[in-house]
This record gives sequence, structure tokens and C-alpha cells, in this order.
Amino acid sequence: MRTGPNLRFHLLALAVVVLFSQTPSIWAVDDSSASPPAATAKSAADKPAPTAAQPPSPPPYFSGTNPDPAKPAWPDPTGGAAGVWATPAGDGKGDVPSALSSGDLYDRIVHNLFSINIVWVLIAGFLVMFMQAGFAMVETGLCRSKNAAHTISMNLMIYALGCLGFWAYGFAIGWGNWFNGLVPPGWYSSLGPGTSILNSGVGIGAAVDAAGNATGAYTYGLLGTKGFFLAGLDDVSVMALFFFMMVFMDTTATIPTGAMAERWSWKNFCIYGLWVALPYCIYANWVWGGGWLAQGGKNWNLGHGAVDFAGSGVVHAMGGIIALAGAMVLGPRIGKYRDGKSMPMPGHHIPMVAVGTFILAFGWFGFNPGSTLAGTDLRISAVVVNTMLASIAGALGAMVTMQLQGLKPDPSMMCNGMLAGLVAITAPCAFVDSWAAFVIGGIAGVIVVFSVFFWERVKVDDPVGAISVHGVNGIWGVISVGLFANGKYGAGWNGVVRDEYVQKFGSDGVRGLFYGDASQLGMQLLDAAVVVLFGFAMAYAWFKLSNLITPIRVSAETEMAGLDGPEMGVLGYPDFNIGGNGS
Amino acid sequence: MKKIEAYVRHYKLEDIKTALNEKGIQGMTVTEVRGFGRQRGHTEMFRGTEYTVDFVPKVKIEIAVPDNNVQDVMRTIVNTARTGQIGDGKIFVTNLDQTIRIRTGESGEQAL
Repeated sequence: MRTGPNLRFHLLALAVVVLFSQTPSIWAVDDSSASPPAATAKSAADKPAPTAAQPPSPPPYFSGTNPDPAKPAWPDPTGGAAGVWATPAGDGKGDVPSALSSGDLYDRIVHNLFSINIVWVLIAGFLVMFMQAGFAMVETGLCRSKNAAHTISMNLMIYALGCLGFWAYGFAIGWGNWFNGLVPPGWYSSLGPGTSILNSGVGIGAAVDAAGNATGAYTYGLLGTKGFFLAGLDDVSVMALFFFMMVFMDTTATIPTGAMAERWSWKNFCIYGLWVALPYCIYANWVWGGGWLAQGGKNWNLGHGAVDFAGSGVVHAMGGIIALAGAMVLGPRIGKYRDGKSMPMPGHHIPMVAVGTFILAFGWFGFNPGSTLAGTDLRISAVVVNTMLASIAGALGAMVTMQLQGLKPDPSMMCNGMLAGLVAITAPCAFVDSWAAFVIGGIAGVIVVFSVFFWERVKVDDPVGAISVHGVNGIWGVISVGLFANGKYGAGWNGVVRDEYVQKFGSDGVRGLFYGDASQLGMQLLDAAVVVLFGFAMAYAWFKLSNLITPIRVSAETEMAGLDGPEMGVLGYPDFNIGGNGS
Repeated sequence: MKKIEAYVRHYKLEDIKTALNEKGIQGMTVTEVRGFGRQRGHTEMFRGTEYTVDFVPKVKIEIAVPDNNVQDVMRTIVNTARTGQIGDGKIFVTNLDQTIRIRTGESGEQAL
């Protein structure tokens, strides 16, 4: 920058004045004139009062009605509209203060806002993508050495297959109507106005504006329908959203590969990889896309509707439930149960499991705080602390639980405990006090131990504990929002602002049973029931159906020999004589 | 000449080697082996559930010694490898009919 400190200070002061004194419509105005142009004023006057299912209108400066042809209209495919002005000469005015109108300054401020948010979401997404490596190590380490190449290959290729499915149809059904979702009053997309292109979906009860025209929103939203293969969606804001949501879905996709490891045929796994975006994105649309579960607050007065900040339910419970259905259809590994008694099959590389757990815990620092979709939402530091406290509480909870049972603390169980704490805090991380995060994580650490024992006893063979870590604790995470949410964050979440709560507490944030809103707990229980029933029905039907297309389970000979050679053609450890596998 | 086969704990191998070197033995062969004895393996835990390890890992030491040295070597191994706990191992001694040093063609005790 060529401006000295003094000039910069003046710019900042001017910017602040402009920000607080001008209407947003200033962006649509070429000069610093305080009166909005006729076109903007007219469209504002024509706008009906918002109704329950009204999609948010873009602020006037997003409206595409910009009278200045030199400035691009929304949505903006190149991303330039969100701030071509950030480069000094982008709008031909450089950064010479005397050449800048207050409107130009406002443009620059908003551009920086979007820049911070998009960079934040991308970096958080990179961390989430790296969680694939953590999953690969945890799952491979917990399987026997004769299946190592097969297990890690599933973890590798689910990234490719899952992403292909998400690009082809997942994003469209999950986020094709994202912009029509319920939002707090005055909200606009933190990633930039380009997301307003995500405005097409299907549902029940089409909302109409005062003139009787459909708004594109529904009383009960069901699915998005825009953006198959990202067709027509090349706006930078949409790209950031696509990337972030894609890496989240791959987390779900890779959870069942652990529970179904050591016996799942490769071909059946491949078609699963293309299918998994379907249940995931449908349910994600219901909770995150403004669908009927998110609308539970508006429609049925149940709190703020389903609240799942970063996806205890959307991501983890869904993955865990699919894993449960898969493990049930597959049946236990050969030799797992002898005379009705459970036979442990020890994992072959415990240090790998622990390192993978650390990678996952690291990636979670993108998973949870990134879900603000805004680096300018400074709640992120509270989210980070809550995430960390829950993870350590989970590890401690599992360790203490094992020892209170008179058992040794088992490294893989402590790893499961840390992950269970992380899974549980994923939904409530932005809404709870730090002490509550510790409690939620600690309870998760206890739950995971007994859950592992439970599934073992009922003969659902889960080599890595995925059903317990992600399924059971995902559900616990969803429910914990309805208990511990403290009402300090999430005012207007899912479009819900209730006068009685505002009068009583000053604002209507997300509030659980312990803080005075029992209806939120009711909604969370409904949400948890939906993910269990819907996820299980979809997955069980799919695994049964796909078994007819290509057998889901390898032959007994292949399973006994290990899947590495017969299925993959390559051994995980060809030049080690590792010997018996404990089975 | 005798061949002494000793099945011992892994962590005792270093001590046994040192002790036998002091007795002047000329060489030994070491192999990783698995097996069971009177206890028929032992139990381990994984994720809170007990399981049986049927074949316990041990180290097998093979030493060829002249007849006059057998008692000394055996006593050294026993004294070094013993902990008094189950799983200390066993020693087998067999007759050795013939030995040849490949490089020189020497045979008998000269080849040891």
C-alpha cells in the first residue's frame, strides 16, 4: 500500500463513518449521493413483508439492479463483483483517497469481509480434507495386517468416489436451494452474494409473495435441485461452499469403511462410494439447507428448529448409522464369534491408530470453527476451545471408564474416546459454555466404551468402533444441544426470533432445556430420530439392493487369506513376516 | 559334540549372549519362534475383551559345543534366563554327529 499511516487512519475513520451512517444501498450508487436511485427505491417499496417461508432477499447492493454498467451484476461468475475493487486500480480509481467516494470505501470493506470469510472457509476445509488421512490411519491400524492394503485403499478411494458423487448430484440436492433457507432477519450470505444463485428446490407448501408469485421457498423444504455437476455455478462464493461441504460429506462417506472393514468386497464398496452422497445430502438439506427439520422452529414452535452446528447428526450420526446398517448386512468377520463368545481380533498397528487420532483431532479445528462459514464471526475462538476441551474430556472419560471396570486403559479405546468427545461437541460447539463442552465430551467418553461393549455383545462386528464413536455419540451430540445450549449465540437461527425470549433474555439465541427452552430439546430428539430412521432405512435398503448387483461380502477363502492379495492384488506388508493375526 | 537349543524370553537374549561370550563360546544362531508349553499360551486384552494367545513368541538360541563344555553352557543359560516366573523357557540338548567349516573343510570339534 502506498498510503502512509496517517492516510490509512483517515481511510479507516471514513470507512467506519460510512458503515454506520449509510444504508446498504450505497453499493448500488455510483457516487456518494445519499439518495438511492429510483430503481432501488421502487424495488424496496414493492417488496412484501417477509412471511415464514420467504427466502431472504439480497441486500440492494447484491440485487443485480446496479445502474452502473461498469460494475457487474449479481450473481457474479468471476467473483469480481464481490470486490474487483480490492486491487487498487481495479475500479480505475487506485487507492487515492480523494478519488474514492464513500460508496467505493464501502465496496472495499465488504470485499474484505468476504475475503476473510472465504479464506477462512477454504483453510478450514483443507484441514477437514486432511481428516481423510486420519481416518485412513485409524481404520487401517485397527484392522489385521492381512487386510491393511484393502482398508487403506477404501479410505483412499472413498475420497475420489464420494467427491464424484457429490459433484454429480450431491451438491445440487443438498445445497441447490441453500439461499432459500430460513435466516435471521438482516442476514446475508457470509461467503458473498454469489450464493443467491442457489435458489431452486422442491418441497411442500410453496410460499408466494404478495403478488402471488412463487418465491422458491417452501413451508416444508425437501430437496435442492440446482447445480448438478456444478452446471452454471461458477461463482467464487459457491465454489467455497461446494469445497467445504464436499470435504464434510467425505467424512461421512469414510466412516462405514471402518465398521465394514476386513470383509467388504471392493466392487460393492465402489458403488457404495457413488451412492453415499444421496442419503447424506438429502438429510443435510433438511438440517443445513433450510429444509423441514430446520423449519421445525417456524412451523411447530420447537426451539430454533433442528440445530446442528457442524454436523454431529448430519455428518457423524449419518455415517455411523450407515456403518451400522452395513455391518449388520455384512455380518461379523469369520472367527469373530466362537460358540457365541466374542473373540477379539487385535488391530495390527496401534501407534498408527493414535497418530491418526491426532490428525483427526487437528482436522476438527477446521471442522467445527470452519462451520461458521465466516472468519469474521469471532465465535470461532470459543468453538475451538470447546472442541479441544471436549476432545480431552472424551479421552479421559474413556480411560477412566476402562479403569473403573478393572480393565487396562487400552490405547485404541482412549483414541475412540477422544474421537467420541469430538463427535459429540460438533453439534453444540458454538452454543455451549466451556464447562458444558467438557461435560459433553466426558459423557461421550463414557458412552463410547459401553457402546463398544454393547455392539460386541449383540454381534454387530465393528472392527474400529465407528458405530459407537460416530453413530451413538453423534446422536448424543445432537441431543446435547437441546440440553446445554446457553442462549448466548445463534439469535435468529433458522429464522426464529421469539418476542417472549427477547423480552426475557435480551436476545433469542439457541437455548437448551437447562437454560429455559424445553422445546429445543424436543426438536433435537426429533432430529436424532429422523437421522436414525431415515439413515438406517436408506442404508439398509441400499446394502441389500447393492448385494444383488454385486455381492457385498468377499468369499470365505478370500477373507481367511486376507483381502490384500485376492481383492487388491497387493499386500500391505509384502516383505515382513508378521505372522499370526490373533484370530 | 552337542547341540544346545534354548527357548528363552526376548529380553533375556542380550544377557545370555554376554554371559556365554565370557565362557568363550564360538558362535550362536538366534531365531524368532512361537510356541506353547504347559500353560498352553496366555491371555491378552483388546478393547476390554480377553483373548488367548495360543502361540507365545520366544527366542530360540542354537549353540554347538564340545562335550566338555555342555554342562557349563547349560548352567550359564539357566542362571541367566531364569526369572522364576511362568514362561522362562526350556533347553534341549541333542547329539551332534558331524560338523564342517565350509570355508576350510575342517570337521569335528575343530570346526566349532
